[in-house]
Amino acid sequence: MSAAAVLADIDWHVEQQVFFYLIATTQVVAAWRVVTTKNIVHAALYLVVVLAGVAAQFILLGAEFIASTQVLVYIGAVIVLFLFGIMLTQARIGAENDLDQPNRLPAVLTAGLLAILTVSTVIRTFEDVELPDNSRTTTASVSDSIFSDYIIAFEAVSVLLLAALIGAIVVARKD
Amino acid sequence: MSEFLRSYLTVGLFGALAVLVVGTFLGLSSLVRPTRPQPQKYINYESGVDPVGTGWSQANIRYYVFALLFVMFDVEAVFIFPWATRLEAYGLFGLVEMFIFIFILLLGLLYAWRKGVLRWI
Amino acid sequence: MRTNVFALDPLFLDDVGFEEVGIVLLKVVVAFVMLLVSVMLMVWFERKFISDMQNRIGPNVAGPFGILQTFADGIKLFFKEDLIPERSDRFVFKLAPYLSLVPAFLVFVIVPIGGDFGEDGDGTVTWFGHETFLQVADAPVGVLFFLAMSSLAVYGVMLAGWSSGSKYPLLGSVRASAQMVSYEAALGLSLAAVILKTGSLSSHDIALAQTGGIVNWNVLATGIVPFVIFLIAGTAELNRPPFDLVEAEQELVGGFHTEYSSLRFALFFLAEFMNTVTMSAIIVTLFFGGPAGPTYAGPAWLWGMFWFMLKLLVFLGVFVWFRATLPRLRYDQLMDLGWKILIPLSLGWFLFVAALEIGDNRGWSRVVVAIVSGAALALGALLMSAAISASRRQRLDEQAESDSPVGAR
Repeated sequence: MSAAAVLADIDWHVEQQVFFYLIATTQVVAAWRVVTTKNIVHAALYLVVVLAGVAAQFILLGAEFIASTQVLVYIGAVIVLFLFGIMLTQARIGAENDLDQPNRLPAVLTAGLLAILTVSTVIRTFEDVELPDNSRTTTASVSDSIFSDYIIAFEAVSVLLLAALIGAIVVARKD
Repeated sequence: MSEFLRSYLTVGLFGALAVLVVGTFLGLSSLVRPTRPQPQKYINYESGVDPVGTGWSQANIRYYVFALLFVMFDVEAVFIFPWATRLEAYGLFGLVEMFIFIFILLLGLLYAWRKGVLRWI
Repeated sequence: MRTNVFALDPLFLDDVGFEEVGIVLLKVVVAFVMLLVSVMLMVWFERKFISDMQNRIGPNVAGPFGILQTFADGIKLFFKEDLIPERSDRFVFKLAPYLSLVPAFLVFVIVPIGGDFGEDGDGTVTWFGHETFLQVADAPVGVLFFLAMSSLAVYGVMLAGWSSGSKYPLLGSVRASAQMVSYEAALGLSLAAVILKTGSLSSHDIALAQTGGIVNWNVLATGIVPFVIFLIAGTAELNRPPFDLVEAEQELVGGFHTEYSSLRFALFFLAEFMNTVTMSAIIVTLFFGGPAGPTYAGPAWLWGMFWFMLKLLVFLGVFVWFRATLPRLRYDQLMDLGWKILIPLSLGWFLFVAALEIGDNRGWSRVVVAIVSGAALALGALLMSAAISASRRQRLDEQAESDSPVGAR
């Protein structure tokens, strides 16, 4: 088979590609705004956009259970928790200058190093993994792997949540 | 595009239509409604008197604890749902696993209850 | 169990051409228009029904029986001046109505509004020679989708209150959001029993599993308790009476939308009523068999729609009836009901149903399983209440010793 024929045989998933880049661009812009905006509630809202983008990417990968979990837990619960925390401390309207930090260089260095680390890890781990054509991860298969391979992690999650709750209550109570 | 993605595209279409209709309503309304600015109109409502202080007030810490409890039970629900769809496959072992999971999380609720953070004064 | 794990619309099984796209567009438009019209009618129905209950006449000027009253109100608000307080966050202030309304629309996507849900029906209709589901999209994770969308509704309320830059809206919105997240948890957990019975998260499969008579409806199949929890939690999630503390007029003016005027104000109301309609539709789908009904003579899609609408109307009436009958709860009672009763009860009932189901699969005696698991749960509840009353006694003792004034904490 000639090279051209091989290329013609590959399903390029054009629509997925287009949507991927559209969503990814939105996510990058929103993530940039999270750190540059001067209002903390706006930052939380931009974070919502980023997380919604993650959910959309999961749908593109055919992992709808994970996508809806992403919306339900991260957007519907964790950011709401953030917002309650913000209302508790400083949720003033308008620009706040305390949100800025003079230590730009260390911040840039740390962020850059973290980015390199994450990207290289992801590429090294998933370099050879290919998505099967028209793949969908069903809820049943997610469930099967949770309740067989990851059963210890599953039980550990409950302990982790319990610890977080007890910690918050200890901090929140005066006596 | 797979049939699966098509159905989500429909969902997106529906959402976009909703945004579009709401936006159109607001846009049309802004064309026809009157605008007669007066400084008094833009003062916050405080039962008729001039507003005192800033509009911001600190929220009670109790709300935060409830939000945290909610995160806990939300995550729990997310684990329960897939388990419930596959109950037949897991059988008694699965039931015991789920019982332990729910029991540990109920301990959290019990702790909050005993410490009185669920009590609203 | 009749479950189809890959609940995908048969419309998409072959190659997709213009006709299929046309059917999808038709479904989107039909659902959209139906939702808007039913919201309009719901506003009128609520006002008329509640005035009947209160010995008043209610709207009777615009159109026959005042049926055009909603329309008249909408037009009035359309031409009103729009005020944005100067101390507000303008961007978020304008964004909040969208955040309220769009999730309300999106929930409706997963509701099957018709189709052949008769004795041997497969829940499809045939339109222009194509078999399809009469719902906008059949997400295989439909129930999770519903929960995700209803958890987004918190944003509209919270951000509207915050962005107004005013005291009452902020108080009202924080209160409302805490209420909504509390009951969101109970709402999700009560659905677990339904999923257990059906073995699927898809709303279409859940409706399909309930065909063939009232005994198959989830309200009975799961033993009424999950339905009651869902109804209570749903009412609280909607911020409807008796859980309308958000709009406690006597203390909070209007709650989170105090500073809103003109069409933006109308949008919040639209969202509220739309949420009522979609919540009723979800209740009908998950607990009352969706479009299933006793007879299917004639075109299947028409009868399915008819039964669905009939059941929907019953629940809309129930919500109005709640409003007319029940006094508003106090905030501490509200939180107590959610966290101390509904959540432990829904978890316990879920485990009970799961134990029964496993017993059935293994051929154990139903009575024995019910007695054993019921006794285990009762024991758990007893231990829990013992632990709580012990700690309450301890706390009261400490309070008496430290001689602090009552309610200092």
